[in-house]
Amino acid sequence: MKMKKVIAALLALTMVALCFAACGSNSDTTGSTSNGEVTLKIGGSGPLTGDYAQYGNGVKNGAQLAVDEINAAGGVNGIKLEFKLEDDEGSQEKAVNAYNVLKDWGMKLSIGTVTSDACIAFQGEASRDNMFVLTPSATAVEAISGDNAFRVCFSDPNQGVASADYIADNNVAKKVAVIYDSSNSYSSGIYEKFNAEAKVKGLEVVTAQSFTSDNNEDFSAQLQAVKSSGAELVFLPIYYSEAALILKQAQNAALDVKYFGCDGLDGILTMANFDKSLAEGVMLLTPFAANATDEYTVNFVKKYSEKYGTDTMNQFAADAYDAIYIIKAAIEKAGITADMSASDICDAMKTAMTQITVDGVTGTGIHWTADGEPSKAPKAVVIKAGAYQAL
Amino acid sequence: MDFLSYLVSGISLGSIYALIALGYTMVYGIAKMLNFAHGDIIMVGGYVIFTMCTTWGLPTPAGIIGAIIICTVLGVVIERVAYKPLRKATSLAVLITAIGVSYFLQNAALLIFGSGTKSFTSVVTIPAIHLFDGALVISGETIVTIIVSVIIMIVLSLFINKTKPGRAMLAVSEDRGAAQLMGVNVNGTITLTFAIGSALAAIAGALLCSAYPALSSTTGAMPGIKAFVAAVFGGIGSIPGAMIGGILLGVIENLSKGYISTQLSDTIVFCVLIIVLLVKPTGLFGKKIDEKV
Repeated sequence: MKMKKVIAALLALTMVALCFAACGSNSDTTGSTSNGEVTLKIGGSGPLTGDYAQYGNGVKNGAQLAVDEINAAGGVNGIKLEFKLEDDEGSQEKAVNAYNVLKDWGMKLSIGTVTSDACIAFQGEASRDNMFVLTPSATAVEAISGDNAFRVCFSDPNQGVASADYIADNNVAKKVAVIYDSSNSYSSGIYEKFNAEAKVKGLEVVTAQSFTSDNNEDFSAQLQAVKSSGAELVFLPIYYSEAALILKQAQNAALDVKYFGCDGLDGILTMANFDKSLAEGVMLLTPFAANATDEYTVNFVKKYSEKYGTDTMNQFAADAYDAIYIIKAAIEKAGITADMSASDICDAMKTAMTQITVDGVTGTGIHWTADGEPSKAPKAVVIKAGAYQAL
Repeated sequence: MDFLSYLVSGISLGSIYALIALGYTMVYGIAKMLNFAHGDIIMVGGYVIFTMCTTWGLPTPAGIIGAIIICTVLGVVIERVAYKPLRKATSLAVLITAIGVSYFLQNAALLIFGSGTKSFTSVVTIPAIHLFDGALVISGETIVTIIVSVIIMIVLSLFINKTKPGRAMLAVSEDRGAAQLMGVNVNGTITLTFAIGSALAAIAGALLCSAYPALSSTTGAMPGIKAFVAAVFGGIGSIPGAMIGGILLGVIENLSKGYISTQLSDTIVFCVLIIVLLVKPTGLFGKKIDEKV
């Protein structure tokens, strides 16, 4: 009996001690590491596990590559960068948790999150704290709703409009069907804008079929509707894991149409055991093609594949690599120092972002408006013999 | 022609639900527990076939047999380790344990096979049938799924009604205590039930992943829930009920996708379930058991 009390007292003491220890580590967020070297901490979150893990890992590697390069060259204005990506599995709740964990870690700037839904939640928190966000790949309009948030990729409306323009201007098809995920803001966002622009451009959207994330395996009913509608082209503003299923089931149903997708399809060719012949002729909008010959892409592809292999070398990795260099350019422009608070940094970065022009892997002469949208032209590629080819 | 196409793919989807529902319904009938880890055994079956056939390059029959063996062993081990110690516990404790096992299997698969979705190579090699000038295409997977389901259903019915272990199962499901008094090995019978249910899950896994070739750690979760609904729909504990319930569920789901809304199909499926349960609370084929005094 006495023993029990002693143990209980000891346990209670341990808990109290742990509380103090936690407080101690929390206060150590001034931006300088123990050896006196000045660092600036950049945080972010993305799906490192789960359905979209390929995107999160691409961003993690791409950003880390840029951070390592910058640090090796002496940092930004003499400040070394530190980068950390938390796992959020693409979910909103986990993105908010990740944000709080990163704040405790001492994050001063963030690259937001990788996917749209998570970024809306993450950015809501960041906006309240006036924390700078530059998301590499969250495309939903609301993902950068605050004035603290910017992005590297195209927005959903931009992609929807650009897709409809491309299909109409190049006479790819006249009768178009759409299959989209109505439970996902990325997918339904693109669909709405595509639909509106298609009307303007005289494309006929013969059928729009939707599915939800709880029912994303059997597409036979949607494909049958597409077949009966007489569409020449199916527009797929969805992610690659579902697109792979659709392509397979369309082959089973002997559906003979063209396919056009957005950046969500990026990654389909590196899916394990995917039959690449299914994707033959699929067209998609992506800002990054690994076989492009400009010096930024060649340099990025060489360094990335040496360090991380080609598994996750996708558009997301390229966007993240650019994001870090864009942050570097803005830090230089704004004259950020490591002892500034996150809120002061954010105010200075907001102004600097609208003044800089950056060349990178995902575009040249990229510049930003105050609402956070980049201006750059989308590029279309087609899959030929299992590789991207510029259109 | 649209209608036929929706109907055929509905029957195909429903046959897979039916195979999974058989596992649910047998375990419920005999052990009186809901084995929520059943859907995840399907996922394990899928990964075993993927590893053996795609990664190691073994022939397809070897992969299927391997999956059946591993899933059977896994089912028996889960029963021994997780459920048997709880045989006298409340049914809620067993239910929570089953959910725990389900999470364990999903996360173990995530750890072993990684997070990326794998594209599954179909185990079916027969070509699709083109009817009415290509307006109606029935894929090889659909044909094999329907045939395999019907064969399994017949064999299972014969096994339960004509063989000694099968009749022991019936006896245990009717009255466990009385069966034990008559000399039936109750624990052995429950283990056999889990073994058969898990072997069926392996076959369902092969067919599910062939028809919808995306394999991830959550592959079995949603079909598992739908199959559970099918089992309740048909009358949980009844084998023909699971079969009919599964096929009806698949057909209703696909027809509502085709004619009403692709977004509301799940809602419609569950509404039908609610209506059936209101009219016939034991499900379509469920027996009403009077409490004996």
